[in-house]
Amino acid sequence: MKSDFDVVVVGAGPGGIASAAVAAEAGSRVCLVDDNRYPGGQIWRGLHPDVPSKNPHGREFAKWMERLRRTPCTTLTGTQIIDHLAPNILRFERESKTFDLTYRKLILATGARERFLPFPGWTLPGVTGAGGLQALVKSGLEVRDKRVVVAGTGPLLLAIAAGLKAAGANILAIYEQAPLAQLIGFGFTLMSHPGKIVEGLGYAKKLLDIPYRTGRWVTSAEGSMQLNRVTFTDGRRQWSHDCDYLACGFHLVPNLELPMLFRCEVANGYVTTSELQQTSVPNVSCVGELTGIGGLEKALLEGEIAGWFAAGHEDKARRLTGQLRAFRNFALRLDQAFKLRTELRNLCQPETIVCRCEDVAFCKLQVCRSWREAKLHTRCGMGSCQGRICGPQTEFLFQWRCSSVRPPIYPARLSSVAEMPKSGQSETEEVAQV
Amino acid sequence: MDSNGFTIKVNGCEVQATAEMSVAAAIMTIGSPCRTSIHGEPRGPLCGMGICMECRATVNGQKHQRTCQLTCRPEMEVVTE
Ligand SMILES: Cc1cc2nc3c(=O)[nH]c(=O)nc-3n(C[C@H](O)[C@H](O)[C@H](O)COP(=O)(O)OP(=O)(O)OC[C@H]3O[C@@H](n4cnc5c(N)ncnc54)[C@H](O)[C@@H]3O)c2cc1C
Ligand code: FES
Repeated sequence: MKSDFDVVVVGAGPGGIASAAVAAEAGSRVCLVDDNRYPGGQIWRGLHPDVPSKNPHGREFAKWMERLRRTPCTTLTGTQIIDHLAPNILRFERESKTFDLTYRKLILATGARERFLPFPGWTLPGVTGAGGLQALVKSGLEVRDKRVVVAGTGPLLLAIAAGLKAAGANILAIYEQAPLAQLIGFGFTLMSHPGKIVEGLGYAKKLLDIPYRTGRWVTSAEGSMQLNRVTFTDGRRQWSHDCDYLACGFHLVPNLELPMLFRCEVANGYVTTSELQQTSVPNVSCVGELTGIGGLEKALLEGEIAGWFAAGHEDKARRLTGQLRAFRNFALRLDQAFKLRTELRNLCQPETIVCRCEDVAFCKLQVCRSWREAKLHTRCGMGSCQGRICGPQTEFLFQWRCSSVRPPIYPARLSSVAEMPKSGQSETEEVAQV
Repeated sequence: MDSNGFTIKVNGCEVQATAEMSVAAAIMTIGSPCRTSIHGEPRGPLCGMGICMECRATVNGQKHQRTCQLTCRPEMEVVTE
C-alpha cells in the first residue's frame, strides 16, 4: 500500500466522506481512515450504500459513496490511529498490524459521542445510551416487544425513539430533561432551519401515541443483574416504569482527543476553525461535529469546504462559506436549548460509580479538586476508555477541565507503541492500559 | 440484513446470528452481561460505538475484544469476562 498521501482524512462519517470525495475529485491523493468496520459514521450507520433505499438518508449515503468510489481514494476501515509520530507522520493499527502514513494536509472528522451522566443504577446491564441502543439495534439486537424508556436530552431522542419503535420496541415514554420554555424559543429556529437534524419534529407524527414529556429526568435505575425498573422525576413527584431497557443519553460531545493531540485550539468545548475549516495548527482542518453539534448538512458542507481547500482550490472552498453561518448558529442554539439542568448534578449517591472502567465512586471524586488530582488519587479516567465517558461527566459534575489524552489514543498493543516508525509487526498481544 | 443465518456460541449457548450482527448484540440476546467490573459488578454495552469498552468479552480465545465493533462469524466462540 502506498503510504504517502496529499490528504489524510480521519473519520468516515458524512464530514470525512465529503472531505475525501471532494479532495480526491480535485486530484489529490487521499486516504480516508475510520475505526469502524464500515464507512458512514453515526447517522449512516447500518445503511448499505449498494442496496436501493427508500430512506432519504440511505439515498444520500449512496450518492456520496458513489462519488467517493469513482475516485482513487484509499479507504481504510477497521483502522485506528494510535499516534502522531512526527509533524507529518501518523501511526495506525489495522487487524493487529501497525503502519505509518505521511500526509501534507490532515482533515479530522472524528464526529461526536453521546454524553452520559451518572445516577444510581446507571451501570446495570440494560441501561444504555440512547444512540447506544440505536446502534446496537442497527447491529442486530432484537428489541421487538421489549419495554423501552427513552430519556436524557437532545433532538436525537425523538429520532432514536422512532427508530426503536420501527424495530418493534414498546416505547413506554420519552423524557426530555430540558424545560418546555427553554425549548420553545428553539422551536422557532427548528422550523426555519433547513438542517436535517430538524427531522426530529417530523418524527413526532410517528410517535403520536408515545408520551413526549419535557422537564422530566431519570433519578435511578434498579435491578440485580439486569435493569428492571427506572424512576423519574419532574422535581416535585417521582414515578417508576418497569422496563427492559433504558436508552439514556444527554446530547452529544465532540470527540476532541485527536484535535487535542495535535494541539488544535479549543474554545467552549469545540475546535475553533476559520471559515475555511482551518484550525490553529497549520495544515490541520476539522469538520463536522468537532466544530459544533449541528447534524448532517453542516458536516457535509464543512467537509466540502475542507476538501476543496486541502486540494488547493481556495476559491471553490470560499464560494461555499456563505451558507456556513446559519449552520453554525443553529449548532449554538441547539446547545442552549438542550442545556443541562443543575439538578442533574445531584443524582449520585456517595457510592454511585462515576468512572466505570476503574469503579470510582462519586464520594471519592467529591474530595478532589481537579481532573488531574482525581486521576492521580483515584485512577478516574485512567482505565481503558481513557476518560471518554467519565471526562465529560466530571466536567459537568465538578466543572473540571479534562486534560488531553496521551498516545496511544486507543488502547493499543504495546508493540504498536514501542515500535520505531516503519518497522514491521510484532508478536506482543498485550493491551496497554496507560 | 443478510438472511443466511448461522449459529455462534456464547458461554456455550447456541445463538442464531448473521454476518451483520455484532457480537455485542448476540451476547445481549441471551441476557448475559459482557464483563465483570473490577469490583465484581455485571456490565453490558453502553455506547454501542466502540468508546466505553463495557462490551469487552473473549472472542475465539482473544481477550478484551470490543464486541460492539465485531461482527459474528460462523463457529465463533464467545465467552463473557
Ligand atoms: C450515537 C449517535 C447517534 C446519532 N444518530 C443520529 C441520527 O439518528 N440522526 C441524525 O441526524 N444525527 C445523528 N447523530 C448525529 C451525528 O453525529 C451527525 O448527524 C453526523 O453523523 C455528524 O457527522 P460527522 O462526520 O461529524 O461525524 P460522525 O458521523 O460521528 O463520524 C465520525 C467518524 O469518525 C470515526 N472516528 C472517531 N474517532 C476516530 C479515531 N480516533 N480514529 C479513526 N476513526 C475515528 C468514527 O468511527 C466515525 O465513523 C448521532 C450521533 C451519535 C453520537
Ligand atoms: S458498547 Fe461501548 S465500546 Fe462497545
